[in-house]
Amino acid sequence: MDFDLSEEQRLLKESIDGLLTDSYDFESRKKYMKEKGGWSKTVWLKLAEQGLLGLPFAETDGGFGGGGVETMIVMEALGKALVLEPYLATVVIGGGFLRHAGSDAQKAAHVPGIIDGSKTLAFAQLEKNSRYDLFDVTTTAKKKSEGWVIDGEKFVVLNGENADTLIVTARTKGERRDHKGIGVFLVPANAKGVAKKGYPTQDGLHAADVTFTGVEIGADAVLGNPEDSLALIERVVDEARIALCAEAVGLMDESLKTTVEYIKTRKQFGVPIGSFQSLQHRASDMFVAAEQARSMSMFATMAGDFEDARERSNAIAAAKVQIGKSAKFVGQQSIQLHGGIGMTMEAKIGHYFKRLTMIENTFGDTDYHQRRVAETGGLI
Amino acid sequence: MDLAFTKEEQAFREEVRQFLRDNVPPDTRRKLVEGRHLSKDEMVTWWRILNKKGWGVSHWPKEYGGTGWTSVQHYIFNEELQSYPAPQPLAFGVSMVGPVIYTFGNEEQKKKYLPRIANVDDWWCQGFSEPGSGSDLASLKTKAERKGDKWIINGQKTWTTLAQHADMIFCLCRTDPAAKKQMGISFIVFSMKSKGVTVRPIQTIDGGAEVNEVFVDDVEVPYENLIGEENKGWDYAKFLLGNERTGIARVGVSKERIRRIKDLASKVESGGKPIIQDPAFREKLAACEIELKALELTQLRVVADEGKHGKGKPNPASSVLKIKGSEIQQTTTELLMEVIGPFAAPYDVHGDDGSNEAMDWTAQIAPSYFNNRKVSIYGGSNEIQRNIIAKAVLGL
Repeated sequence: MDFDLSEEQRLLKESIDGLLTDSYDFESRKKYMKEKGGWSKTVWLKLAEQGLLGLPFAETDGGFGGGGVETMIVMEALGKALVLEPYLATVVIGGGFLRHAGSDAQKAAHVPGIIDGSKTLAFAQLEKNSRYDLFDVTTTAKKKSEGWVIDGEKFVVLNGENADTLIVTARTKGERRDHKGIGVFLVPANAKGVAKKGYPTQDGLHAADVTFTGVEIGADAVLGNPEDSLALIERVVDEARIALCAEAVGLMDESLKTTVEYIKTRKQFGVPIGSFQSLQHRASDMFVAAEQARSMSMFATMAGDFEDARERSNAIAAAKVQIGKSAKFVGQQSIQLHGGIGMTMEAKIGHYFKRLTMIENTFGDTDYHQRRVAETGGLI
Repeated sequence: MDLAFTKEEQAFREEVRQFLRDNVPPDTRRKLVEGRHLSKDEMVTWWRILNKKGWGVSHWPKEYGGTGWTSVQHYIFNEELQSYPAPQPLAFGVSMVGPVIYTFGNEEQKKKYLPRIANVDDWWCQGFSEPGSGSDLASLKTKAERKGDKWIINGQKTWTTLAQHADMIFCLCRTDPAAKKQMGISFIVFSMKSKGVTVRPIQTIDGGAEVNEVFVDDVEVPYENLIGEENKGWDYAKFLLGNERTGIARVGVSKERIRRIKDLASKVESGGKPIIQDPAFREKLAACEIELKALELTQLRVVADEGKHGKGKPNPASSVLKIKGSEIQQTTTELLMEVIGPFAAPYDVHGDDGSNEAMDWTAQIAPSYFNNRKVSIYGGSNEIQRNIIAKAVLGL
């Protein structure tokens, strides 16, 4: 039992915190948002230079062999700075599929480009009616000679507009909600039949709705078993949930800090409003919520290594519930304590609130995960 | 960062568990599971078993009978006691007055009191709160006047838990009425059998009387019963309350209660099937379990941190423990109430002997719910805890 960072982990934290302090203040972020695709290629290459894009990959694949704690450190820092760049889509999710199921050839084709910052990925999973069920897939992949043909529609694909490669879930067999018969495919974004409609999301990121019409891909595009990859999808999405928990902790830390600073300086009735007990108690409750979230983010990180898939999923679901509740409370109360200024796009606090809000609705919201925990009989 | 328990820590947990299975009297355990009160004899018998094993005052320094365990071992030990369940050591002696005596007392006092605390030869109670001094404890009025080699003490204490069993009391008394309120207080101990001490039980909303008023009228106490220095009592009280806070999350207690909720909810029917199968109920229970898991992790963060940096500056997360720990304990008692529904109503006319088999599993549930409202009030109310976070952590 040891919650302290190792020497290497401390260095990693200093390195990313330093990089973001230098290049990611709120004003810079506004500029990055206006760049092509909605994020900064320059910052992305800086992340690559510091080895952060290769963090979770094995050393034999050119990476640094980082584990869950290392990703947690990075995601917390990215959250704190409200970073727009597609780390989750490319390194955590895209990288996750390649690490867990990529063949040597697939890794050789994709990993170096991720690590050096020249290529980004996107995960095309959500469908019109699938909501949070990863097994609810109607997009089809049909065998054609050696390869496959993909048809279907995917929605809110994060980084979908910019990605070089799309990782697509598609049904090779069975009915819409069957657990069996789902495959995962690497589809070049410029393949014939891929149509993308990009847009900014509420939190300032970018996503796309993607239509696949008779998209032909080779046999080498299959990640893992084309007829039975739900477990793979669940594993990678669990890792994405863990990363989102850590990002949310970073966002909550910064929200609380910003809010406390604000109520210490904002004066009404001749005194700082932070001298009023009702506001002090609210801020204390925000602190409690943020600490409970931090604990569960650590728990989720630890659970990422659990052997038993059910135990792992249950723990991560529990973490997502706590993070969702804490994020909602800290986010909403941050706006409340800022008062009118919190309602403006000019103040940074609203942007933290928006990102926290979108995280709750990504890969399962609070109700969804609470139901999962309840159905498996709880944690005790 | 390694969030798993080590092999040694797991082996230690198993050792504690085995000891409890072999040594806790079954009736004692049953009564605790059912939320019943134990008799003085039952408690003292168990504590002496624990003390014989060398675990009675586990966190004391080795020279006074402690174990030298790591903070993680202490955590495990407490959690196992709470979730077996077995009575935890009597806090007033073991966690409160004991550490004050071995830290601030003189050699004679250590020799006289510490072994008797460890073996519960003396049952101690706490004389802090007064009718006019709750959260504002330093406003206390009970007065000790020096007369030669004696103190003459006058005043009234209240909320004195289990004073009806007590042999000794440690008492905050005003010894310098001219000083600023925190400055003129001394820490004095005396026998509850002293002439002029009257204990009057307070009936609480759960129907029990575990707390009392203690009237102190012209009680004569030898001067040497002063612990530490005159007028430094407030410092000792703060030290004592600081010790109290780490155990206050009571994660093991809530875990045990959740197991009981699940057990009862699989027997009690609603809509023709066990209530545990009702999705709405299960989600409420899951929400509580998730909060408890978060609290457990927060507690472990505090515990692991203590082990690292020694005593001193408390981890900011420790202020979360009291607030969340009490809220979760209260939620678990609410869920028990929900499980038994209309059977919460019958008053326990059968006493604690469990003679009515049809009712004995429900009789204590409503009282326990009522009783647990106290946990967000005592030990510094949750509102006081929020003041502490605002000032000490957030700098407001």
